[in-house]
Amino acid sequence: MKVVVAGAGTIGSLFAAHLARVADASVLVRREEHARALNDAGLRVSGHSDFTARVDAATDPAELGDAELVIVACKGGDLETVATGLAGSFPGATVMTTQNGLGAEEIVGAHGDWPLLSAVTFMSGTRHGDAHVEYVLDTATWIGPYRDTTGDDARRVAELLVSAGLKAEGFDDLRPAQWSKLIFNATVNATAALTGLPHDVHFAEGELGRLVHGLVDEGKAVAAAAGVELGEDPWEMNVLATKRGHRHYPSMLEDVRSTRPTEIELITGSLLREAKKHEVPVPLHAALYALVRGKEASYGC
Amino acid sequence: MDVDRCQARDVLRSAASLERQGPGTGVTIRICIVGCGAVGSLFAANLARLDDVEVWAYDASREHVDAINAHGLRLSGADDVVGHPRATADPQDLPECDFGIVATKSMHTDAAIGATAHAFANGCVATVQNGLGNEDVIAQHVERVIRGTTFPAGKLLAPGHVQWDVKGDTTIGPYDSRVGMQEAERLAEACTRAGMPTHAVADARGPQWRKVIFNASTNPIGALTGLTHGRVCERPDLRALVSGLVDEGKAVADAQGIELDADPEDLIDHAAKREVAYDHKASMLQDVEARRQTEIDYLNGGIVRAGDEHGVVTPLNRAIWALIKGVEDSWAT
Repeated sequence: MKVVVAGAGTIGSLFAAHLARVADASVLVRREEHARALNDAGLRVSGHSDFTARVDAATDPAELGDAELVIVACKGGDLETVATGLAGSFPGATVMTTQNGLGAEEIVGAHGDWPLLSAVTFMSGTRHGDAHVEYVLDTATWIGPYRDTTGDDARRVAELLVSAGLKAEGFDDLRPAQWSKLIFNATVNATAALTGLPHDVHFAEGELGRLVHGLVDEGKAVAAAAGVELGEDPWEMNVLATKRGHRHYPSMLEDVRSTRPTEIELITGSLLREAKKHEVPVPLHAALYALVRGKEASYGC
Repeated sequence: MDVDRCQARDVLRSAASLERQGPGTGVTIRICIVGCGAVGSLFAANLARLDDVEVWAYDASREHVDAINAHGLRLSGADDVVGHPRATADPQDLPECDFGIVATKSMHTDAAIGATAHAFANGCVATVQNGLGNEDVIAQHVERVIRGTTFPAGKLLAPGHVQWDVKGDTTIGPYDSRVGMQEAERLAEACTRAGMPTHAVADARGPQWRKVIFNASTNPIGALTGLTHGRVCERPDLRALVSGLVDEGKAVADAQGIELDADPEDLIDHAAKREVAYDHKASMLQDVEARRQTEIDYLNGGIVRAGDEHGVVTPLNRAIWALIKGVEDSWAT
């Protein structure tokens, strides 16, 4: 079984290192020195797992030959570039997207006629360099069919991930899980990025809790109008996450702290597009979207 | 009977004035500025130039007070002024005053007026602060209150020295029937003569709400994004958010029968011009950058509370209020 992981940030590195234990795993990266570091030293995982994996790394897909599975694990903002780079390669592969938000499948699908799976991942980790990733939260990746694939295809990839030591589950319809995560992410990430608060108890009580609840309710209304029955309740996901007992800094908060572009367009942006399509008013999400975009515009001022 | 009592009080007060100021000094009004920060200093330094006004400046900063007493209170920028108010950090030093002008940040109103109320036992106290509710807090401590709102702005450069950024008008009016128009007019006349143009009106809520809506709809947006006023206004989605906040504020004002004296939208667009305040960093953005508590509770928080009382929903103001409170909470984590 040959697997290529496109993008070796935190999530891509976790997929690649674990899969290397049960399959022939390669990674496609953007920078030459990143590829060199991985080819020289292997990819170290610490935290929840502790091992170093042997992975082949390249910046050009032509060097990697064909594969049966390609996991696109780059950040949403890099998706168009990465997908363009995949065009014309891996003719025998099924391609699986893992990005936050909605619409990653369409972007990738526009660059080739591969069968597509879509996934949402709740794993989290911290990158400690090009060849070292810390596995922090060993939560699941959920997979479902998207184009020319079935629930059985999704379950087969889930089994592969489980055999590699990750948590995963395949579904006939991913949308309930995907939308629950979308609403959760749009709410928690933007609120954290604007306030500077880690995802802690402030998100579940008082005035801020009330705002979070309002944001979740808007998201639920959009899901209902789109005919999606949600999986987990995003408000309960939020409350549960604030009780984890350790400080979690959502990625969008890390992004604004480092004055990096955020995933607001992919996350809240997709919720706003769905809301518009189904004519559901979402004034609170629209406000947070405008504020985070404004914050990005202030970088360097 | 009431008239007699009022006249008796006026006679007594005039006698007290003469006695305390002494014959021949020409002083007829004694005014105490409560909170001599940037805005308080604009009033204190300008009023202190008038021969017939004796000005006291109460401020918690001993350094500022000592500098004022040693070298006078200096304003530079929009105009260059040196005034010589009598400054003190000890409320017990304050003599009986005809007027107070409270200019502290809103979260310090209660402590400041609580400490100085004895000086206004027979006087009137005006607020020129930002936000909603300061007049209510002052009314818990003194009998006669004047509502007010002011547009001039500046910043404290050093103890005893304030930069005067913008000139502007002040509007004041009686808080309730315990204050007569003639008292508001007397204070307005003195301020105007001192170079701080001030209008006395029967209902000062219109200008107050116009400024509150302006501030609540723009300041926190600057604070949350880090953008200057002009850059907020040129982003269509942020400008739409600003209008959403303005509309909620207008609805709350309307529900109380308050007639705005001008449309906050016009103020916002005017301020966004290059030559006006395009590059201005909202004071709340400066607060957030310095990790100082903001006045959000008296701006968006005040609009939300008034909305709740009058059955007007204010979801955007509530959201912005919660976000800024979250920013303040993040400093403790």
